[in-house]
Amino acid sequence: MTTTRAIANGNMPDKEYGEPVIELTAARKVYRSGTIEFEALRGVDLEIRQGEYVAIMGPSGSGKSTLMNILGCLDTLTTGHYRLAGHDVDDLDEAELAEIRNKEIGFVFQQFNLLPSLEAWRNVELPLMYARVPGHERRARAERALERVGLGSRFVNKPGELSGGQQQRVAVARALVGEPTMILADEPTGNLDSVSTEDVLGLFDELHDLGRTIVLITHELEVAQRARRIVRVKDGLIQGDTAEGALLATVAGGAA
Amino acid sequence: MNWSETLRTSWAAVRSHGLRSLLTVLGILIGIAAVILTVGLGLGTQKDVSASISSLGSNLLIVSPGSSTDSSGVRGGFGTSATLTAADATALASSVNAPDIEGVAAEKSTSLALEANDTNWTTTVTGTTASWLDVRSRDLIAGEFITDEDQASQAAVTVLGSETATELFGTTNVVGQSVTIDGHTFEVVGVLASAGSDSSSNLDDVAIVPLSTAANQLVGGTTANSVSTIYLKAASDGQLAAAYQEAEAVLLNLHSISSADSADFTISSQNALVDTATSIYQTLTVLLTGVAALSLLVGGIGVMNIMLVSVTERTREIGLRKALGAPPWAIRRQFLVEAAILGLTGGVLGAVLGMGAALALPGVVGSSIVISPEAVGLSIGVAIAIGLIFGVYPATRAARLAPIDALRSE
Ligand SMILES: Nc1ncnc2c1ncn2[C@@H]1O[C@H](COP(=O)(O)OP(=O)(O)OP(=O)(O)O)[C@@H](O)[C@H]1O
Ligand SMILES: [Mg+2]
Repeated sequence: MTTTRAIANGNMPDKEYGEPVIELTAARKVYRSGTIEFEALRGVDLEIRQGEYVAIMGPSGSGKSTLMNILGCLDTLTTGHYRLAGHDVDDLDEAELAEIRNKEIGFVFQQFNLLPSLEAWRNVELPLMYARVPGHERRARAERALERVGLGSRFVNKPGELSGGQQQRVAVARALVGEPTMILADEPTGNLDSVSTEDVLGLFDELHDLGRTIVLITHELEVAQRARRIVRVKDGLIQGDTAEGALLATVAGGAA
Repeated sequence: MNWSETLRTSWAAVRSHGLRSLLTVLGILIGIAAVILTVGLGLGTQKDVSASISSLGSNLLIVSPGSSTDSSGVRGGFGTSATLTAADATALASSVNAPDIEGVAAEKSTSLALEANDTNWTTTVTGTTASWLDVRSRDLIAGEFITDEDQASQAAVTVLGSETATELFGTTNVVGQSVTIDGHTFEVVGVLASAGSDSSSNLDDVAIVPLSTAANQLVGGTTANSVSTIYLKAASDGQLAAAYQEAEAVLLNLHSISSADSADFTISSQNALVDTATSIYQTLTVLLTGVAALSLLVGGIGVMNIMLVSVTERTREIGLRKALGAPPWAIRRQFLVEAAILGLTGGVLGAVLGMGAALALPGVVGSSIVISPEAVGLSIGVAIAIGLIFGVYPATRAARLAPIDALRSE
């Protein structure tokens, strides 16, 4: 897929952003169910740099979640190579992958995925627990993260006592708390109404301004337009990449 | 994730399904209770046996009529026949025939009504000789024991057990008082010191009279010469076996029986008592051990089953924890600790049940049950170990779940 790569590299604003965080080369993912094989990613090259805010867009079944699972080190490639923040992820075992996920990635899921029995701050501290941060420091950092997402008064509420938008903000706080290299969000607004969607996207804007790397997966153009770069996926291939302001404007203009 | 976090998380998981967890640990609970009872019964039997040995003296042999202990059980009916006589006792007392036997006391016992000051009391009246006090290792608290002169003159004198005296007179200070036994008036000449109970009788509820008096005034008839038991005291513990053989030879000769196999008497020692107690204990032990082993196995499988359910129910949670950076060993440890907590819960509840049963049961089974802290501690340890062992498979399954599949599950 040399053409895709040419577009991506040709439009990469090297000066504005830092070191590469994601380097995906000739990535193929083949699902096998019984004798049937399905190629969900058919040779994807993608580079995302430190501080970028990227939306991955595409129709249903195009391979967005597959790509996100690969980027999140939740699944491994059939062929191709993936480097995350300088680590070669291809040949790591499950324990090493767990450590990479813990250090480098903050997940935000469509379903929030909070543990219902735990108070908000207990949910937020989970990544720190697996990073073996001592207890008192965990609590302080969890509370700071909750304040950061505007839930300073909701430390001890359980997820069931919070609205959907608030739950997703707890999830964002959880994604932030370990100071990961990148925040990876799969349809983070898929279950939210327009007000809560604006809450969460506003949060992402602020985080981007603070220099965080954000990769957001969505099929909604309005959501994608909040990002500084849109990568379009279709049938397991990258169809377009608006790496520059000019291109972004075209896409935004086209939609408006 | 450190230990206290793991413990907190696992405890919360167990607590969130309180009833289910309780039902799960039922098998372990019963198993541990059975273990504690088994050990308690063993220690209790030991205590009972050593208590009865010290109450009777360890160098004692007991000769009873009949051969009820024949191993085949064929002649079991002989137990009640009147084959022992006072003459046998006299022969056994001979230091020529039986040099290793130091003391001989024949007993002729029957249950009779006693009366004093209009108070009636039925007790075991035992006719015996002056040597009884020494042979049976008993003491007096008042007065004196019956003498050879009493025996020769068939004196109407009696020595009462402390309980008998208290029942009849309200006090043990009764030397010189009169008591009517089966219509004959006897003078109380002494009172026995308390000795408690052995396995079959209350040693303090008894009226001792001279053997000759018992034979001629109280029992009479054709059985006048027979005695119910002859107690032999070996000169020392080490001479017990020799005393046994001498007694057997003397009695076989006296009864004109050629082979020990057809003896019309039985000689038993404390060892036999120990053997009986031990065999009862062993039967109970086998039974309880079986119950314990089966319950613990079933309990362990129950823990495994519920842990597998728990892993399935919480697949999504496992996926999330893995996505957030939980390595496989942390997930495994979390579920192992949860299984161990189930085991511990079963163990503690089982220990409580076992100790409760140990307090309630002795009245029913007639044997002491001794609770040892070591046994309780150890069995709780075993319960935890069972939780751990049967938790390994579910925990490993949880640890091996692919994060992506786990996250996707509903
Ligand atoms: N575990 C799997 N086994 C087999 N096929 C799979 C598996 N997961 C995904 N697929 C297939 O791969 C393709 C891409 O799936 P993916 O979930 O990445 O799509 P998506 O872009 O996220 O779609 P949506 O917007 O609906 O979430 C789909 O055709 C899907 O059927
Ligand atoms: Mg998807």
